[in-house]
Amino acid sequence: MLYDVTIDGKNYRLDLNRADAGWSCRLDGRDFEVDAVRARPDVLSLRIGNLAYEVKSERVANDLYLWVGSTRFAVEVRDPRSLRGRTRAGDDQGPRKIVAPMPGKVVRLLVSEGEEVESGHGLVVVEAMKMQNEIKSPKRGTVQKILVSEGAAVNAGDVLAIVQ
Amino acid sequence: MRVLRACHEMGIAAVVVYSDVDRAALHVRKADEAYPIGPAAASESYLNIHKALDVAKRSGADAIHPGYGFLSENARFAQACADAGVKFIGPTAAAMEAMGSKTRARQAMEKAGVPFVLGTSRGVESFTEAEQVAARIGYPVMLKAAAGGGGKGMRLVHAPGELKSALEAARSEAERSFGDSEVYIEKAIVNPRHIEMQVLADEYGNTVYLGERECSLQRRHQKVLEEAPSPIVDADMRRRMGEVAVRVAQAANYTNAGTVEFLVDEEKNFYFLEMNTRLQVEHPVTELITGLDLVHLQIRIAAGEKLPFTQDDLHIRSHAIECRIYAEDPDNNYFPSPGKITLLLSPSGPGIRIDSGMYEGWNVPIDYDPLLAKLIGYGSDREQAIARLTRALDEYFVGGIKTNIALFRRVLHDADFRAADLDTGFLGRMLKRTEDKPSDSKATEVAAIAAGLFAALASSEPGARIGAGVGRRADENTDSNWKSASRRESLR
Repeated sequence: MLYDVTIDGKNYRLDLNRADAGWSCRLDGRDFEVDAVRARPDVLSLRIGNLAYEVKSERVANDLYLWVGSTRFAVEVRDPRSLRGRTRAGDDQGPRKIVAPMPGKVVRLLVSEGEEVESGHGLVVVEAMKMQNEIKSPKRGTVQKILVSEGAAVNAGDVLAIVQ
Repeated sequence: MRVLRACHEMGIAAVVVYSDVDRAALHVRKADEAYPIGPAAASESYLNIHKALDVAKRSGADAIHPGYGFLSENARFAQACADAGVKFIGPTAAAMEAMGSKTRARQAMEKAGVPFVLGTSRGVESFTEAEQVAARIGYPVMLKAAAGGGGKGMRLVHAPGELKSALEAARSEAERSFGDSEVYIEKAIVNPRHIEMQVLADEYGNTVYLGERECSLQRRHQKVLEEAPSPIVDADMRRRMGEVAVRVAQAANYTNAGTVEFLVDEEKNFYFLEMNTRLQVEHPVTELITGLDLVHLQIRIAAGEKLPFTQDDLHIRSHAIECRIYAEDPDNNYFPSPGKITLLLSPSGPGIRIDSGMYEGWNVPIDYDPLLAKLIGYGSDREQAIARLTRALDEYFVGGIKTNIALFRRVLHDADFRAADLDTGFLGRMLKRTEDKPSDSKATEVAAIAAGLFAALASSEPGARIGAGVGRRADENTDSNWKSASRRESLR
């Protein structure tokens, strides 16, 4: 099985194949023998050679993270043969959905539709637990759409705006 | 949960109250009886005295333990309980009132001969008076709200030019937060430690101290990590602080558990700060170094029992450190991070205690203080407690929401922390230093391999969320994985 994996913005090509005692992996041209046991749905126990690792998987809104020990990695996995194209993190091409990172209330809109924004420009202020959090644009572009209004209650993962 | 567990240990049925958003909270799941008391807003549920007493009446409860938030330091609630014939597990309303206002507490303590920081024991009337007081005691000075707590209505003033605006700001913040704009002035102690003494008093005039807690690690005047004993307090200093704390409690006719807070300067002089008239969040570290159960003792004292020991029976015999695990985002200025806990791996093993209110699948509500759990490590000395806590933090994993677990890893590895070189500015200084995170290429490779394996293994399970669109060979793989697992098992 062939995967394109992006870890913290860096791309890897991974080829996974069943082997006698586990998996044989080819990662960017280097080979590893891996034994994998899924301890729980989101926990994988790995042996790479004889080195043991516990890897935890976490999905927050639309983002996938893997934890190796106490280190967190932002991860995307794609099947290069799949016809379904996926939006890539950090990709400046195409529209990006801006989602609420936590449930809360929209207290202020900082931009209007059609406005040009730089990467890091504040778009929407969401209040949760009595604190205000500015949601910033992940890319440079144009505010294509704003899907919430001031005073609206939002859940984690709700789309607040789209930046083209 | 802490109180509920103590009740069950003592064979007492526990009645709890909950707001609409807390129906699935752990304390409701584990209670014997549970009563809804209204909407999420605390003012309409957990802070409503009438509703709490109504539940007490309907359930036939003998006593109410107020916990350590909400109504726990509310003298009117203590009085209302007394009037309704329900025992309030805590001090009397009169003792709470004596300590509730910082200025009134200072006046009472002045009489009892308790050392406190130079300043006024009354709110300042005018800017002119504030100017005179500040000039007399010398800058820097601290302005504090008489009704204050949690850093609200507090301002540090370095020079006369800053006094006027600081006084106005402190007053308006005090008015907004506490409905009382009284502000007093103290000499500011530079780089103080915050050390507090646990006291316990029965209803027959017996009062003891149970040792100190070092609470200097604070962020925005909120405690983050506490330990006992304090690394700088020796037996003699402990006895002197303890005796002052007992005097403070006795001056207020204090009963049940309470905490006397001190500021300690660089020369180890200690000054009375205030008294907390309730059980505190950080009480477990005291329990672990004394071997006592403070909630059991609170209940027994409230039931009219005498203290089952004297001061001479008490000994400190280990070291304990507590981390307050909060649902907050360290990468986003510690902004609260509510949401659903998708995965929870809790540490266990020697020297670890966890007082937790969370569970996997639970939705952390946005409405209350985001304290999730307290992780306490203990051992025969400070080094062992740190080692165990460090190990436990590596085992701890909370998925789905952000927590401050990584902050504690950083603190416990910090050279100044290990050297016990602490003061209330420690955490602010540490957070200003950028953390050097060495990039671990091996871990990155492991993550890449794991990403593919999660996708391959998930595709065989219906409804799995990780990595869709993988070929059907994955089914066979899962089978053989079971085979290889059983093969390994048979080799043991």
